[in-house]
Amino acid sequence: MPAKATGAGVDSSPATIDVPRPRRSVIPGGTLYRGNEGMWSWVLHRITGVAIYFFLLVHILDTALVRVSPEAYNVVIGAYKTPIMGLGELALVGAIGFHALNGLRIILVDFWGVGTRHQKTMFYVVLGVWLVLMIGFTPRHLMHVFGG
Amino acid sequence: MTTTDVTIDSPRSPHARTRRGINLEKWGWLYMRISGVFLVALIFGHLLVNLVLGEGVSQIDFGFVAGKLADPFWQWYDFFLLWLALIHGANGMRTIINDYVAKPQVRRILHGALLASTGVLLALGTLVIFTFDPCPAGADPALIASFCGDL
Ligand code: HEM
Repeated sequence: MPAKATGAGVDSSPATIDVPRPRRSVIPGGTLYRGNEGMWSWVLHRITGVAIYFFLLVHILDTALVRVSPEAYNVVIGAYKTPIMGLGELALVGAIGFHALNGLRIILVDFWGVGTRHQKTMFYVVLGVWLVLMIGFTPRHLMHVFGG
Repeated sequence: MTTTDVTIDSPRSPHARTRRGINLEKWGWLYMRISGVFLVALIFGHLLVNLVLGEGVSQIDFGFVAGKLADPFWQWYDFFLLWLALIHGANGMRTIINDYVAKPQVRRILHGALLASTGVLLALGTLVIFTFDPCPAGADPALIASFCGDL
């Protein structure tokens, strides 16, 4: 039932008008941000960014071994072909895939006129495209690592 | 009662710039976005060629890398990948240090370490890309690229 507001009229008989009932908050915790897509995409973006950064430091050093000798490079790169490292590479590709797709989402939020309005939808698009890419990459990589 | 003169800006008056000159923080923000667009393409290609096509990770050895880096196309590809990604990552880490480290002294040390390691790795990586010899003299012929014998 709509709430009734009673207006104080100039004359003694009060006028009654219908006003819509105030909408119940659909936001748990009373915030647009905390606990929602915006926050989780930021958490994941930050964690993946740091993980990729530390891998990049190591990766520049291991690649630099081509300048030392073929033997040195082959020994160290051999470590990347073990099953445990193979699974690590899968995690790393997953991390960079998310960071790249969500990075494009951030860019669209910042530069696309209606980007902010669609940020939630774009987050689920990011997850969907990420899933498709990983479904394509995972069996191929596992075959390379475990010799399929 | 004493009174003081207080000036109150009219509401919605434009923000007065207190600092002049180049806004480095703004250019850093823009760099993250511009480099990000290029990095999507560069990293996607990097992973495709090294991990997906051919025999993936099991094909990577000295000869494989030598075959790529003997080609100026891959030299410049890796050069842009190195500079764009490392500066992007380092600037992102700078933001994270600013977010979590409150003590000015600790912050200075971490920023210094970040700047130094970034400089060293950019120099090292660039040196490797452009001074690399795919057919090092005296190397085991079984380990180097097949085209070395023709030289
Ligand atoms: C694949 C393409 C990539 C895209 C599209 C991308 C995009 C972005 C964007 C838009 C930001 C946000 C900057 C801001 O909020 O001001 C960001 C942050 C960051 N990126 Fe990337 N990036 C990519 C690759 C990388 C790589 C290769 C690294 C590591 C070397 C990296 C490390 C970081 C870090 C550490 C941050 C800071 C995270 C934070 O402040 O929470 N990113 N990236």
